[in-house]
Amino acid sequence: MDLKLQKIIPQLITVLVVVLVFGFFTYNAQINMENRGIDFGYGFLSQESSFDVQFSLIEYDGSHSYFRAYLVGLLNTILVSVIGIIIATILGVIVGVARLSPNYLINQFAAFYVEFFRNIPLLLQIFFWYFAALRALPLPQDADAMLGVFFLTIKGLYVPAFIWENLNIFLYSIVAAIIAIVVIRIHARKVQETQGKQLPVFWISIGLIFILPLLSFLIGGVSLSFEIPKLKQLAATSFKYEGGISLPPELIALTLSLALYTATFIAECVRAGIQGVGKGQKEAAASIGLNPNQVLKLVVMPQALRIIIPPTTNQYLNLTKNSSLAAAIAYPDLVLVFAGTALMQTGKAIEIVSITMLTYLSLSISISILMNWYNKKIAIKEK
Amino acid sequence: MFKYLKQLTSLVAMVAVLFTFTTETMAAKKSKTLKNTQKKGFVRCGVSQGLPGFSNADAAGNWTGIDVDVCRAVAAAVLGDANKVKFTPLSAKERFTALTSGEIDILSRNTTWTLSRDADIGLTFVGVNFYDGQGFMVRKSSGITSTSQFKDGISACTNIGTTTELNMRDFFNSKGISYEPVAFEKADEVVAAYDAGRCDTYTTDKSGLAAQRTKMSNPDDHIVLPETVSKEPLGPVVRQGDSVWEDIVRWSLNAMIEAEEYGITSSNADSMKTSDNPAVKRLVGAEGELGAAFGLDNEWSLRIIKQVGNYGESYKRNIADTGILPDRGPNELWTKGGILYVPPAR
Repeated sequence: MDLKLQKIIPQLITVLVVVLVFGFFTYNAQINMENRGIDFGYGFLSQESSFDVQFSLIEYDGSHSYFRAYLVGLLNTILVSVIGIIIATILGVIVGVARLSPNYLINQFAAFYVEFFRNIPLLLQIFFWYFAALRALPLPQDADAMLGVFFLTIKGLYVPAFIWENLNIFLYSIVAAIIAIVVIRIHARKVQETQGKQLPVFWISIGLIFILPLLSFLIGGVSLSFEIPKLKQLAATSFKYEGGISLPPELIALTLSLALYTATFIAECVRAGIQGVGKGQKEAAASIGLNPNQVLKLVVMPQALRIIIPPTTNQYLNLTKNSSLAAAIAYPDLVLVFAGTALMQTGKAIEIVSITMLTYLSLSISISILMNWYNKKIAIKEK
Repeated sequence: MFKYLKQLTSLVAMVAVLFTFTTETMAAKKSKTLKNTQKKGFVRCGVSQGLPGFSNADAAGNWTGIDVDVCRAVAAAVLGDANKVKFTPLSAKERFTALTSGEIDILSRNTTWTLSRDADIGLTFVGVNFYDGQGFMVRKSSGITSTSQFKDGISACTNIGTTTELNMRDFFNSKGISYEPVAFEKADEVVAAYDAGRCDTYTTDKSGLAAQRTKMSNPDDHIVLPETVSKEPLGPVVRQGDSVWEDIVRWSLNAMIEAEEYGITSSNADSMKTSDNPAVKRLVGAEGELGAAFGLDNEWSLRIIKQVGNYGESYKRNIADTGILPDRGPNELWTKGGILYVPPAR
């Protein structure tokens, strides 16, 4: 009885303290807001926002609601995070493997890259890429076309827009190709397990993913044309490109700096993962006749991934949260649009900051859940 | 068991003390801000992060500008020394939260007086110390001389968290022009991006444009277009709910303007005590009991005029002589064709 009580009382006290402290601040905030005539409420979300945003994935202008502005910011945050994570992962794996390369030049270069980029504050890198790039890029009228259709200028990267006809048929063909590949893989595994034969799955997959969409063009009535950006004069020395798709320099600079920075940490995770696999494992794999590719694919990577995934998840979370530095260079992410402009125009500080915090929390938890699921999937299954 | 009980009671006692402490301060006297300011010995003033003419720090950390002078005037009135001010540089986004949360007591940061700000978010505007309007700056080489030459697709750099963002939309919508807003958190980045050529135009209050123009790599390459697209009455702001403090700040500003009207300057203020005009005598504390209403002595306005100067002196020192806006325009006294008109101090 006494022992039980001794266990419970500290916990009760902890709960009580948390509740009291939280209650104290809530109570204070309430009184303070009342004294200053500030209303609390989320009703403003449906009001007209009356400000415009530079770059949006969904249709938006100032006549839409604050909630719509929130979605614009959220989607922009997700966009920069997803692109950043993809680039950082690819770059991180390459650099991580390169650091283990026996080639002196390659591993030293990789080591230099890692040490250089991870030791400079991210905000500084963002400013550098943005303002250095702005200074270095040509004005629209001076830009030379890359491959005839891409224009990289101080006002952004202009790329041709795709104009599709019967886009759905094209998409179906890709889905069909993916299903076919999955079926063939399952079949190939069966063949290998029952007859010991290996089918050239890789080449069949490549063939399928090209041939099916190609067929959709030839017989499915799909057609694709490009809209190439054209130079437009705004004033004597003011130009811009029209048509096509324009990616603002803010997006490019932010994605680039986030990816370059985070890739250094991912590279270290990858290196640690590969080095964490015992040398004996590789030797044993080689001794049973696996070729180097198979050693990497079947023995080293499955074990290395278990070491790589958890710290890499952290890096993904960091990248997502670091994307909030966007506000410094005018990329309209959640913090700039919602916790910035919307907060200022409405004055609803507590409401907006709480929504923003919850949003980042949900984003981070989603990434965590996804990565934990993947980690479980590749974990060693004890039999 | 006893052990925990003892801990528990001390905890409860601690929390109870905290609560009584706050309820005591909650129910405080009307002039809480004044009392706190006198106790601390300095006025806590929120200013911009550097806008020449309005609030700008030099290399030694000395703040100057007409917005700064409002805070100095309050310090002179309340504490007797115009230098007893602690300046907090704030971004447009931070400013109102800093004020409502009690981090500063006066926000004097080229802030536009609007209905929603005044009524909605726990603020009170006490007056106008600069009548402004939003304008546009372009590169001279663009050949643009009027906003009517703007074309679809123009990109405009500005700050977030300002009325500028809203006016910009109203302006371009009314003209039916599509535009690309590029909004930064800090003014320095706006200037850098516009200067680099990211935007075709830079829009903010005209006084701000004139001041920021001086920061460009080559100021003469840029012009401010003649059109004014909005009303921007800029003035100091205080927290809602302390009407005595509100009155002190309002009348510190009014005293500066009225002093100019009656020709009282920092150099002749003392000699004005013997003036024949009772309005002048009231302002220099030689007649009436004006300070008592705020809980101040009678020489509060005399100290403002002697230490900070009248509005005209402040304008000349900060805005005209620095070449930002030599022409006072609407910020001239009503007696001289401007719209500066303050209620009488009596």
